[in-house]
Amino acid sequence: MLVGASVASTPWCVIAILLPLTGALVCFLWPRRSVPLGLLTALGIVACMTGLCWQVVEQGAQRYTIGGWGAPLGIDLYADGLSLLMLLMTAVVGLGIGIYSSGYFEHKTAAVFWPLWLFLWAALNALLLSADIFNLYVTLELLGLSAVALVALAGDADALTAAMRYLLVSLLGSLFYLLGVALLYHSFGSVDIAILAGRVEPSPAVWAAVGLMSAGLLLKTALFPLHFWLPPAHASAPAPVSALLSALVVMASFYILLRLWLEVFPPSAAAAGQLLGLLGATAVLWGGIQALRQTRLKLLIAYSTVAQLGYLFLAFPLGTSFAWKGALYLLLSHAMAKAAMFMAAGNILRFGGHDRIADLDRVAQRLPLTLAAFSLAGISIMGLPPSGGFIGKWMLLDAAFYRGQWWWALILIMGGLLTAAYVFKVVGYAFTQAEVTHEASRVPAGMEWTALVLALAAVLLGLFTPLPLALLDLGFPFSGGYAG
Amino acid sequence: MNTVFLYALVGVGLFTLGLYALIVHTHLLRKILAVNVMGSGVFLVLVALGGRTPGASPDPVPHAMVITGIVVAVSATALALALLLRVRAETGRTRLPEERLE
Amino acid sequence: MSAADHKWSSLALRWVRLLLLLALAGGLAYAVLSLPDQAIGLNDQVRSNMETSGVHNPVTAVLLNFRGYDTLLEMGVLLVALLGVWSLGAAAAHRRVGPGPVLSFLVDGLVPMMILMAGYLLWVGAAAPGGAFQAGSVLAAAGILLLLSSKRLPVRLMRWPLRFALVLGLGAFVAVGVTLLSVSGLFLQYPPGLAGGLILFIEAAATLSIGVTLAALFLGGRPEAGPRR
Repeated sequence: MLVGASVASTPWCVIAILLPLTGALVCFLWPRRSVPLGLLTALGIVACMTGLCWQVVEQGAQRYTIGGWGAPLGIDLYADGLSLLMLLMTAVVGLGIGIYSSGYFEHKTAAVFWPLWLFLWAALNALLLSADIFNLYVTLELLGLSAVALVALAGDADALTAAMRYLLVSLLGSLFYLLGVALLYHSFGSVDIAILAGRVEPSPAVWAAVGLMSAGLLLKTALFPLHFWLPPAHASAPAPVSALLSALVVMASFYILLRLWLEVFPPSAAAAGQLLGLLGATAVLWGGIQALRQTRLKLLIAYSTVAQLGYLFLAFPLGTSFAWKGALYLLLSHAMAKAAMFMAAGNILRFGGHDRIADLDRVAQRLPLTLAAFSLAGISIMGLPPSGGFIGKWMLLDAAFYRGQWWWALILIMGGLLTAAYVFKVVGYAFTQAEVTHEASRVPAGMEWTALVLALAAVLLGLFTPLPLALLDLGFPFSGGYAG
Repeated sequence: MNTVFLYALVGVGLFTLGLYALIVHTHLLRKILAVNVMGSGVFLVLVALGGRTPGASPDPVPHAMVITGIVVAVSATALALALLLRVRAETGRTRLPEERLE
Repeated sequence: MSAADHKWSSLALRWVRLLLLLALAGGLAYAVLSLPDQAIGLNDQVRSNMETSGVHNPVTAVLLNFRGYDTLLEMGVLLVALLGVWSLGAAAAHRRVGPGPVLSFLVDGLVPMMILMAGYLLWVGAAAPGGAFQAGSVLAAAGILLLLSSKRLPVRLMRWPLRFALVLGLGAFVAVGVTLLSVSGLFLQYPPGLAGGLILFIEAAATLSIGVTLAALFLGGRPEAGPRR
């Protein structure tokens, strides 16, 4: 079919990166029209993702050589099931954040928000599609700088110190990563992932690179004990920025680590998986306990992010395809659910002027949609059926018993209990009356509905599991084959 | 030992020195400078090891990578310095809260 | 904890930290020294593709042709840093402290030469060390000299023209990419005859943008576009 033929041959990979870049430039040139232009770009990116999805499903993993040179001389873009799933998730959450932010920010701040956010989205898409480890460094830096600038938008002392700390941490992580890239390039003469996968052999330089790159990426993914920068940054940022940080930005560095771990690092690195699993388990427990101790809602949700990210690392010691898919499913549902939670917190903050948990003052009655969103998101984060979080945890449990490493199952259960504790704590306070009734401001409908829709998506992921899981089977690294 | 490796070792030294300074010093300006020193160390390693080519001309790809890296480092430093000034203006301090001496 | 205990534990902590970092340095040094003495890397590949790249300088060929996509993203990084700095606040108020005689003399003599040198660096980048970033840096230095001598752009240039100049580099690169994409379906694949010209075009736009961006970063904040005095 003619339409099919043209869709199949369009370079959607490239459009996925150029569209947000162009959108950012246009929003920068026309600040007055940044909100409609930005939303238009967001819709365009979603459309582009459906095109790419169609292309990958029909034709298998796609490899695009930029400039026609091809690796190792040029840079390649690579889209397989894993990157496609992450891209789709970014597009859906990104659209939600765009709609939410149009109600959240006043016009002057929105004019500054949109170019930065679109640059961040471009960095995410470029990162997810890149097949070149030095190109990944550049995208990581673009991602980091725009994220820091977005955190600082809040303008108060807390946000500025959190942004400063985040910037220093981000630069430190990137430099560790870059030194690893340098060692790999000088060992094997290429920075292309596919070529390196074929050439890598264990050697001192490779071990050093493995350690350096992992350290840098773990710092960026805030794995315990390198998580110290995350709670202040995610909590003091404006609500839509917190949502995109917890849902998308931390996902990006985890994605790179996963790619490197599965494709580039020599198989003998798998022994370090137990260490990563141990740190992940500590993150789950530590994050959960800290979340329970918080008095402010956004800090609670931020510590919850630290805990949830810990679950992802339980897949490393298990190493089976089922374990990886479980971790990725958790990542997917967490993105939706956490974005919804931060949006709900933003609504509550807008409504009452504060986010102290003990003073939530009958939010349940007065913001029912927001509370429904928070509860649904909580169901996914707790891992209750039916939700995406439940599926992910169940898959990890299954893999743990299959491999005979039953102690991870304990962590999964205890983590779930801790999560239930702090989610119910918030929901409980939402029904009680505060001592002092606060002035209530109106919350725009768009803000409430985006939170609810994203939370519903997290729950629906538990019902429609075959589709995302089938996507993950396309192309390396889960199907066992290479494409392109 | 090839002289190229001498430069690469200096790069490693700068990297570690910068890391030490980043951890030890509490003043934000010192931290920013430390990150810059670390970056210079990494760039030196990249460029130096590219000089191991058999002929007279070095490998140009690490040179291009370092140019890219320098621009990224300059951009990041500019943002960091502007943030530092704002932190100073808002809080009156040039140290992160957890690192202020009592 | 008594004061003496405190002193001991912090001393121990310092030594542990120092030893760990020395171990890191040692490990990295060992890793570096274990690399082979000779390695071709991508040198041969670059040299053999030079004729079709459109330039004679291998570093420019890598930066603007073979790995041009990295350069495109990097210009985005530069712009994002500026956006971040602008979002933090307005630039310090313009205090019209006139330049002293030495600075004034320097500015009058140096700035035109620096602009000429930037143009030269841009042009010579095709065949010798030079190119957009080098030229842009010299241009930015000229701009900084002007800023230091209390000169500012006229207010009417502060809004749209300034933004346009900032966006020009990345915009030109993206425009070339999109045009090539829509014409031949190949992103950033320069037609062999046009490669040199396209690279020069992109570099020229980039030079201006880089110069203006770096000078604006030096200003440290959003320039005031409202009426002054």
